[in-house]
Amino acid sequence: MDDALIEKLGILADAAKYDASCASSGAKPRRGGKEGLGSTTGAGICHAYTPDGRCVSLLKILLTNHCLFDCVYCINRRSSNVRRARFTVEEVVTLTLGFYKRNCIEGLFLSSGIIRSPDHTMEQMMLVARTLRRDHGFAGYIHLKTIPEASPWLIEQAGLWADRLSINLELPTDHSLKAFAPEKNGGTIKAVMGQVNERIVEAKEERRRFSPAGQSTQLIVGADDATDRSVLETSGTLYQRYGLRRVYYSAFSPIPEASSVLPVKPPPLQRENRLYQADWLLRYYGFTVEEIASGGEDGMLDLGIDPKLAWALKNRERFPVDVNSADREMLLRVPGLGARAVDKILSARRHTRLRLEDLGRLSTGLRRARPFLIAADYHPAGGLTDRLDLRQRLVTPSSQLSLF
Amino acid sequence: MRTITLREGADLDGFRRAVRRLAAARTAPEGVLWSVGAPSLFGDDAPASEDGAPVFLPQAVGQLIETVVCHSDPERYALLYRLVWRVLNGERALLDQHADPLVHRLERLDKAVRRDIHKMHAFLRFRALSDPDGGERYVAWFEPDHHIVEAVAPFFVERFESMVWTILTPKGSLHWDRRSLMTGPPAERPDSLADDRFAEGWLRYYESTFNPARVNPTAMRAEMPRKYWANMPETAAIPALVRSAPARVQAMLEAEAAIPRRRMPEKAVAAMARQAPESLAELNRVIQRSEPLVPGATQAVLGEGPEGAAIAIVGEQPGDQEDRDGRPFVGPAGQLLTAALEEAGIDRGGVYLTNAVKHFKFVQRGKRRIHQSPTAGEVKHYRWWLMTELGFVRPRLVVALGATAALALTGRTVAVLRERGPMAFDGWNGFVTVHPSYLLRLPGEEERRRAQAEFVADLRRAAALV
Repeated sequence: MDDALIEKLGILADAAKYDASCASSGAKPRRGGKEGLGSTTGAGICHAYTPDGRCVSLLKILLTNHCLFDCVYCINRRSSNVRRARFTVEEVVTLTLGFYKRNCIEGLFLSSGIIRSPDHTMEQMMLVARTLRRDHGFAGYIHLKTIPEASPWLIEQAGLWADRLSINLELPTDHSLKAFAPEKNGGTIKAVMGQVNERIVEAKEERRRFSPAGQSTQLIVGADDATDRSVLETSGTLYQRYGLRRVYYSAFSPIPEASSVLPVKPPPLQRENRLYQADWLLRYYGFTVEEIASGGEDGMLDLGIDPKLAWALKNRERFPVDVNSADREMLLRVPGLGARAVDKILSARRHTRLRLEDLGRLSTGLRRARPFLIAADYHPAGGLTDRLDLRQRLVTPSSQLSLF
Repeated sequence: MRTITLREGADLDGFRRAVRRLAAARTAPEGVLWSVGAPSLFGDDAPASEDGAPVFLPQAVGQLIETVVCHSDPERYALLYRLVWRVLNGERALLDQHADPLVHRLERLDKAVRRDIHKMHAFLRFRALSDPDGGERYVAWFEPDHHIVEAVAPFFVERFESMVWTILTPKGSLHWDRRSLMTGPPAERPDSLADDRFAEGWLRYYESTFNPARVNPTAMRAEMPRKYWANMPETAAIPALVRSAPARVQAMLEAEAAIPRRRMPEKAVAAMARQAPESLAELNRVIQRSEPLVPGATQAVLGEGPEGAAIAIVGEQPGDQEDRDGRPFVGPAGQLLTAALEEAGIDRGGVYLTNAVKHFKFVQRGKRRIHQSPTAGEVKHYRWWLMTELGFVRPRLVVALGATAALALTGRTVAVLRERGPMAFDGWNGFVTVHPSYLLRLPGEEERRRAQAEFVADLRRAAALV
């Protein structure tokens, strides 16, 4: 590893850092054994955290940040003056193996700017994955970005070697894609998601290995004028229609070499956070997009409180809920109770009638849950849920995190 | 009052034997004092005959014990024995009662140990040392909170089985020589573990992947507490990254929108749109470069015949002979097809011959490679190529031999014997008939002759459509 390679690594890691869709979970157990290297366990491991609070799990780099596309929100668009670099296939392989042996990473997340053609780019990325797997017996995690404009067979070749494929939709509406990403096409991207999903489902049925950890995507939040409701509607469609494992939200953050079309302001981190919470409710708590959106105003989520509490405050007639008799579905709707706490409540109440003190040991969110609950020794006085100041009582002032 | 002394660290064996004796003697938790310190009362020299009978506990209890004995809390054994006692005395489902104070406390200990194990998996860093004989060794120093050295061993063995490595900690050490694992005594922090260029590269990576516009050291510390930083080379960069973040963001916010300084690569952008193979030869190069979906095939078997042929015949997938020769329809079924074409008055050389699937798929039985039919998923995977290929050949009629070819050309399951004859394919005039290998599999001579005559008749009908 010489100075030039370290320099390239700096450029191509910086170019990749805006991609949040890089988890390392969901792989099938696998090991490299005596001749190979590495293992995947199903749950990913975060090997470090950077001061932005994000986890470092995979070596997240671009093969090259040269790009022929001109998506305005992207630091690597062809009209940007950013410094450019390009790895060879062998260099990426060397870096991945070297960092993996030192236990710095779970594997590789490889994306790329488009050079020469989508097909050429996809093929180079596929070659990196193939070299790692076939020539080095690498059993760690490989996540490849697919280039939706590439030929279907190349994308499918990538799925033979990768644990997960992802295609970034980036913008939630076709209208924004047209305006901001002239070379991209929402129809093409969704067609590829459909194709990949079909292959994943078939391979599972036929016991073949094809992107066993599924596929994911990313949406940028705050670059265009899309509402939270339309973002969540897009996510809901992606989960239902294309079987995506995850939709990631990335608050649009200012980039050096910015385009004049875009807002120049700090990233809307709070909004990103609320969207993640809403997404969680969508996937694990049985909420619909409509219900989540109804908790906010004008299609935007309430930034001051989490979407579950927002929904509860607007649906007070559904509360309080008796923890000793309510069904799982309703318990999941109590602010402050997570899915784990609900499961513990369900198993514990078979043996005893739960009191408030018991709940304190089952859940860490009791302070927020209390006004919405009935326990064996507790009934909220005078209909606490009817109080107009309930929101004030529950909210700890939140603001954008300040820099110190 | 009985005093039980267990070994330093996680003495699962000692605890198990103690539990057997205490349970056999019906000793209640109030009557036991637990202490830790070498030598263990139940050292290996203690006669096994003094042990009580095995105690049957629910699996979840056994798992909890295994984890909690690793905790450094001196009360761990007393708490665990109280749990065992209650489980053995009528509270079998005690672990479901998450609100019980004892269960709650043990769950917290369990969680702390698991977290410690997880953080050791995550934050331990190996440094590479070169051996005099040119081999590579890896060494790591780590300071866990609990007695988890043996608990983390399986993870590191599995992940780094092909490397030689040593893990040193104040609570014990591990050494793996690619064959066996040795556990060793507590170690001192090594004087110096020199960093190599990879460590330097890693530091650069860590700095570059940080986004100053999202700075949030609190979130970082929640997941990566300071106590781990000393043994992680990348954390040296943290203070400067946090300090410089506001200025970097300010600079981005104040910067004018960028005007591209270089010319726009119009030509390259225009060229980018033309990437689909422009000829059959180019497509064939793509197919040859690609991996088989199911490993094993020697080579891709490409189509054969003139572009512009009036008839294209699509088979299932190459067989053993085709895989060796790299040509379609040269095995037993191919010879049968050649004969049938001749009988139907069709010149094989004027027909375009290809397969729905381009790679041989088989299972090895001794020396023989037994053909395996492609799955629906595999057929769909190859469909792109077949359709592009036919696009270059532009036949007036496409003949599908058998169900696999029909599936590839129509996208649906076709009952060949019932639906044989003309059929509309995706964008092509089509014709469905049996695959010659079906004729080879028919048991009776008589039956085979009749089926073969029908096959030839089908080919005649197809030729008449062109």
